Amino acid sequence: MIDHDVDVVIIGSGAGGGTAAHALRHLPREGVSVLVLEQGPRLAQEEFTGRELEMAAALFEEGGGVLTADGAMTLAFGRVYGGSTVAYTGTSLMLPERVVTRWDTPGLTHDDVVRRATRYAEQNNVHFLADADINENNHLFVEGCRAIGCHAEQFPLNLKGCRGSGLCNLGCPNFAKQGTHRVQLPAAEREGVTVVTRAEVRSVNDRVLQVHVSGAPPGAKGAPSEWSPGDHRVHARCVIVAGGSIGSTALLLRSGFGARLPQLGERYTCHPAHILLGEHPRPIVNDVGHPKSYYLDRSDEGFILETCMYFPFITAKNMTGFGLEHSALMRAFPRLQMILVLAHDHAVPGNRITVDAAGKAVVHYTFTPAVIHALVAATRLSARIFFGAGAVRVHAPSADPPLIERCDAGRVDELVSERHFLTHRISISAAHMMGGCGMGRTVADSVTDSYGRVHGVPWLRVADSALFPDSSEVNPYLTVMALADRVAEGVLADLPMLRGVAAVAA
Amino acid sequence: MVDLLLPRVRVAFRALATTFVPEATLLDDAGWIEVESVIEHALASRPPAMRRQLRTVIRLLTWLPVFTRRRTFTALDTNARTSFLHAVERSPFGIVRRGVWGLRTLVFMGYYGRPAAAAAVGWHGDPRGWAARMPGARRSGGFKPELVP
Repeated sequence: MIDHDVDVVIIGSGAGGGTAAHALRHLPREGVSVLVLEQGPRLAQEEFTGRELEMAAALFEEGGGVLTADGAMTLAFGRVYGGSTVAYTGTSLMLPERVVTRWDTPGLTHDDVVRRATRYAEQNNVHFLADADINENNHLFVEGCRAIGCHAEQFPLNLKGCRGSGLCNLGCPNFAKQGTHRVQLPAAEREGVTVVTRAEVRSVNDRVLQVHVSGAPPGAKGAPSEWSPGDHRVHARCVIVAGGSIGSTALLLRSGFGARLPQLGERYTCHPAHILLGEHPRPIVNDVGHPKSYYLDRSDEGFILETCMYFPFITAKNMTGFGLEHSALMRAFPRLQMILVLAHDHAVPGNRITVDAAGKAVVHYTFTPAVIHALVAATRLSARIFFGAGAVRVHAPSADPPLIERCDAGRVDELVSERHFLTHRISISAAHMMGGCGMGRTVADSVTDSYGRVHGVPWLRVADSALFPDSSEVNPYLTVMALADRVAEGVLADLPMLRGVAAVAA
Repeated sequence: MVDLLLPRVRVAFRALATTFVPEATLLDDAGWIEVESVIEHALASRPPAMRRQLRTVIRLLTWLPVFTRRRTFTALDTNARTSFLHAVERSPFGIVRRGVWGLRTLVFMGYYGRPAAAAAVGWHGDPRGWAARMPGARRSGGFKPELVP
């Protein structure tokens, strides 16, 4: 066991941890040490190959194959230097005011979130792609929306030097996506923040972290850890937990905080999502160019539609069924248009994160009637968009059989139905994992205050999407960065007190 | 080589796999080894229980047809195999559907996760992006949307 003494420890290096590290980057110059512990590896640029299974294994927990307790939904979350900011598409939306109002968190205002998020949007070069850089898969979405009287909006994206590889979800091979691995973490390291990779925090108690550092497996991607493999103990003045909704919550649960925080693990939401396919009669440009340039916000109906373009295995997995029809659609890949439908789920009792006897996270999730209704409504609307754009057939998960021919376009409401929403037959993925350490007033309704400070534990803060008291209804990364910025501000305000505690303890 | 797929399990696995992905019947031995290696590699990073569950599912699907069709799965013809699996994937029992879905997912991973299969379906993702395409290739087919910033 090797002991370390650190002032501020940040657990996780994604949108939350990376942002907190950046916001506290000047502290080392003032003699205050800042350490980031990341469970995943640090990848070199040449290791981003764009090969589907190879990159999934390198970037995601269990290769992206983590499932809910009942096996009905896939949960893919990043385990790499930069966390999930390495593997998302760069979509950067502002948190809607209606969501902040619904969250009803004392001390958190929409203006404050927007002010901070705007700063990070500028830092990450968030902008709209030029029309010439947008591919046909995306343009057909706009065209289809227009054909049925809807109005698609363009995603702001955090890209710099995008070459249109279309491989965003496998980690950009051209380092165009401005995730924390490109912007905040390198800047923090240049200022003296220490980042240690392959470091799994097993527990945090009374300012002491038990950390296990893994060696690099033979043949695996990524640099060796900055620390020697084995067990380490870190003594900290202040701890910021930013391991993602599931990781942060599981860490606090296995560290025993559940006894004093009855809301720990509750309020889990995840934007359950389907992938839909529309087959066109001719090849379209779909596997080159940024995959996610437009969306259609139907928050009043509980869902959002986004353009997308996935890779062969993920596409095959997300289609319902198998056999000849499945294979025929796979062989139509160059003619496929794709839409991702996301439901705005809301926190309900029972949808929560727990840990098993070994301390491993277990996510319990039941699809509420409202979520099923939203996914079915989103599927019907998507089918109309596909046909409006000229598709000859549509693959809809909640139809049975799942293929709808153009001649049946007028029967979409009849063919796509809630009675066909059969879990474990259709593939559903969690798009954005949120909650588990929700913000609020007291221990009775929440885990932290609006600055991420855990109720009754002044040295412990949470700084990621675990803080969301309910779903964000939009892609959450800018919101996570804004909240992490607030957390860092709180840490700065507490530093004199923390130093005092340390001095007394000494 | 494959602990998961002992010989007697491998026969059933391949029968199931070719029902999920009919093109898999065209695989030669090297192709099958590649498919099975992909699955083995993926399972290596998953909880150990998943390997046991997978073997159980394969055995269950092998013997279940005996009760309804008086033959094991491997003794059924192609149409009967497909019909049987379609019925099972709609089972009223979630745990049965879960088993089929999980096996189906692993087969898709093993088959479509191979670069050769990805290329065969026409997916040509390339880190060079637009530069990897023919000079002058159209990006948008000439369509001009009304942008809404």
